Amino acid sequence: MTGAVGQYGAAGYLRCMTGIIWREGLRFLQQRGRFIAALVRPLVWLFIFAAGFRSVLGVSIIEPYETYVLYEVYITPGLVGMIQLFNGMQSSLAMVYDREMGTMRTLLVSPFPRWFLLGSKLLAGTIVSIAQVYVFLAIAWFWEVDPPLGGYLTVFPALVLSGLMLGSLGLLLSSVIRQLENFAGIMNFVIFPMFFMSSALYPLWRMKESSPLLYELCSFNPFTYAVELIRHALYMQLNLQAALVAAGCTFAFMALAVFAYNPSKGLIARRGGPGG
Amino acid sequence: MSNDTTPALHVSSVSHSYGARQALEGVSLSVGQGAFCGLLGLNGAGKTTLFSLITRLFDNTSGHVRVMGHDVRRAPKLALQNLGVVFQNRTLDPDLSVLQNMTYHAALHGIPRRQARERAVAELERAGLADRVGEAVRSLSGGQMRRVEIARALLHQPKLLLLDEPTVGLDVGARRDIISHVRALVGQGGLSVLWATHLMEEINTDDAVVVLHQGKVIETGTSQEIADRHEVGDLKEAFDAMTGLAKGKAA
Repeated sequence: MTGAVGQYGAAGYLRCMTGIIWREGLRFLQQRGRFIAALVRPLVWLFIFAAGFRSVLGVSIIEPYETYVLYEVYITPGLVGMIQLFNGMQSSLAMVYDREMGTMRTLLVSPFPRWFLLGSKLLAGTIVSIAQVYVFLAIAWFWEVDPPLGGYLTVFPALVLSGLMLGSLGLLLSSVIRQLENFAGIMNFVIFPMFFMSSALYPLWRMKESSPLLYELCSFNPFTYAVELIRHALYMQLNLQAALVAAGCTFAFMALAVFAYNPSKGLIARRGGPGG
Repeated sequence: MSNDTTPALHVSSVSHSYGARQALEGVSLSVGQGAFCGLLGLNGAGKTTLFSLITRLFDNTSGHVRVMGHDVRRAPKLALQNLGVVFQNRTLDPDLSVLQNMTYHAALHGIPRRQARERAVAELERAGLADRVGEAVRSLSGGQMRRVEIARALLHQPKLLLLDEPTVGLDVGARRDIISHVRALVGQGGLSVLWATHLMEEINTDDAVVVLHQGKVIETGTSQEIADRHEVGDLKEAFDAMTGLAKGKAA
């Protein structure tokens, strides 16, 4: 008699996950401004910043490149990472927004386990970010950023992993952040430091020449590994160390996020829930 | 696990605190199958905290919450399957259509797509909104949005429907409309309702009522019984006397 039409077996899990992904995709398509902003941001870096710095910042031959490369080519993987970083943080903002608007609560009253619901939400955000990345790479191709065709395939699993890592970081932050306005805080304290203290814009050996301390910090930055994973995968190489670090960070961030959203142990119960 | 005498909702000795602030203290209440129960309390009385515990946004640290006999902590999956919720805040996605909102909810209950559509249309018909299926939620009035939320909460055919101050922000007509709609749903049989409110006029004299004040249950019974016990004319006066509002007003 219970749950007359609901189906909570294996097929139900699958339908629940596809439903969450479907909604995320639908929302993204309907928020055109978000889509355009997500594309314009890295393109400005590619078209303007990279052009300006092309002559200033010489890049010697480093893996995975076989020859000297244009600065545009060098920063493209970093910009791909930037798209995913912004997307991960934006979906965390959406989680905070959702939670305050109550949409998060409708997700959390689903009978499926909470880790599964959060994981599905994470996967949905990652898929949206990968769609953005491919559109960006297509435009960059016309700008002389033309990795081997096979690279567009081999970068896919790397994008899944880096998307999950940055998304799970966002998920974790969403359980800690309380107010909508705090995206500015995320920009200043998460996005900018992560982006600039990484190998996205300059190889780390250059950083080492300037400041050994900053170099150490960069080497501890998970974003560096996401960028290197993407950079190598785009040229059909596997950077095992980067892959392992990204996988480890994803696992750690996700575990912490599930803990934070756990009904009995988590932060929601402790820090003063709703009024009324 | 459940039979006809199992209460749809059984809350026993539930306490909860946010750090040092005690939000609920030893709260017990019961809603029978097919019954309408009003949960009456001022803002800050602990109604929303109680709803958060019943819906398992977070767990109760002491006591038990059972939905159709299923403990929310031990068997959350079974408990939540039997539960439909209308939250105080609007929780529809304004960018999506009415039907898209409904089918998203259906997916959260693993309902196959075709069946989800059928159920969505059936529930929207019951809510008198069959002609708004394809419209964006944004274009609906406040009262219509509430009706969609009720239809959505009933999509997976739960046994218990929780509504947290569902008429807040609605005009008198829409408020009356929502109440009579929910009462009609209860009248059709099988559905139990816990209706949280601070508005006495939403409670009928023969309704079961639980009065929550400063995190404690201070009265239970039908509205009429409570009034009689306090030797006053109606629930409102009894409530004022219990919560000290009458004194406040006199002063």
